[in-house]
Amino acid sequence: MQTASSYLRGLRAGIPIGLGYLSVSFSFGIMASSIGLDWWQGVLISMLTLTSAGQLAGVQAMALPGQYLSMLIAQLTINLRYSFMSVSLAQKTDGRFRGIWKWLLGFFMTDEIFAVANEEGTVRRSFFFGLATLPYFGWAGGTLIGALLGDVLPGALMDALSLAIYGMFIAIIAPRAARELPIFTVVAVAVGLQCAFTFLPLLSAVPAGISISVSAVVAALLGAALFPSRRREEKEVAD
Amino acid sequence: MELSHFLLSLLVISGSTYLLRAIPFAAVRKKIESPFILSFLDYIPYTVLAAMTLPGALTGAAAPPAAGIGLLVATLVAIRCRSLTLVAAITCLVSYLASLLLPYFA
Repeated sequence: MQTASSYLRGLRAGIPIGLGYLSVSFSFGIMASSIGLDWWQGVLISMLTLTSAGQLAGVQAMALPGQYLSMLIAQLTINLRYSFMSVSLAQKTDGRFRGIWKWLLGFFMTDEIFAVANEEGTVRRSFFFGLATLPYFGWAGGTLIGALLGDVLPGALMDALSLAIYGMFIAIIAPRAARELPIFTVVAVAVGLQCAFTFLPLLSAVPAGISISVSAVVAALLGAALFPSRRREEKEVAD
Repeated sequence: MELSHFLLSLLVISGSTYLLRAIPFAAVRKKIESPFILSFLDYIPYTVLAAMTLPGALTGAAAPPAAGIGLLVATLVAIRCRSLTLVAAITCLVSYLASLLLPYFA
């Protein structure tokens, strides 16, 4: 049966993602705990949101009362890339993967799941669902373990573990930033701007969510202006 | 934390994330052609993660020096090897060790 074999193929492809998510969501669970959330709150956030960067920004904003508008703006900017991943992957979905299925399965559009699904010539809904399965449980499960352990582990160890999520960000950024000038440049600009927002007198009044968004968007715009993606150009010329 | 604050925040966070993913997936069928927009999209994941990591990781829970050393080692390792799990694990391990050992040097 094609559906079953397609699902299983997706499932296998999702194994490394699931394992990676287990460790990073563990860190999120710990961080949620240290911010004061109950274990079930952290798990619920993970089960309903399924994103590292956005959840991190979200709970940090949550620690302060109100802030809903800046929280929304932060979420929109930090997660905007998913919109474009969705547009991109939608080009590849097969005839049966449409309508209600896209509304349902679109929930699982994470960086890593998109990246693997994008390798397919045509994306079947059973493959995509299989691909998303283990990462989802890894993400939710890791959060659960981290949130529960949050009260048990010594402070210094917890602080160290809360860095895992940043470690994952670095694992994504560093390989390309070290080898490609455009990536290095936009990363440096983004960090520079964010430092300005953190340490300079007037700018430090801007809420963290908004400052991250501004730094990221400005740096990416600068990159698009100075270093148009060569990949696309080559592709257009070839066509 | 008040339950109502938590639930409202949860709604904002999960709702916005979901809609950003689902709406374009279900609705948009035309291909994006503009090289400028495509380039922007290529860079956005990196700038977002970068803006979140620095100086954020240094001003969070872990003490700045220990966190800084952990991040530095993580960067060096990540450049060689892309494994998410390994780099995340090394970040924690190194910064934990640094936090234990640094008081003896300061």
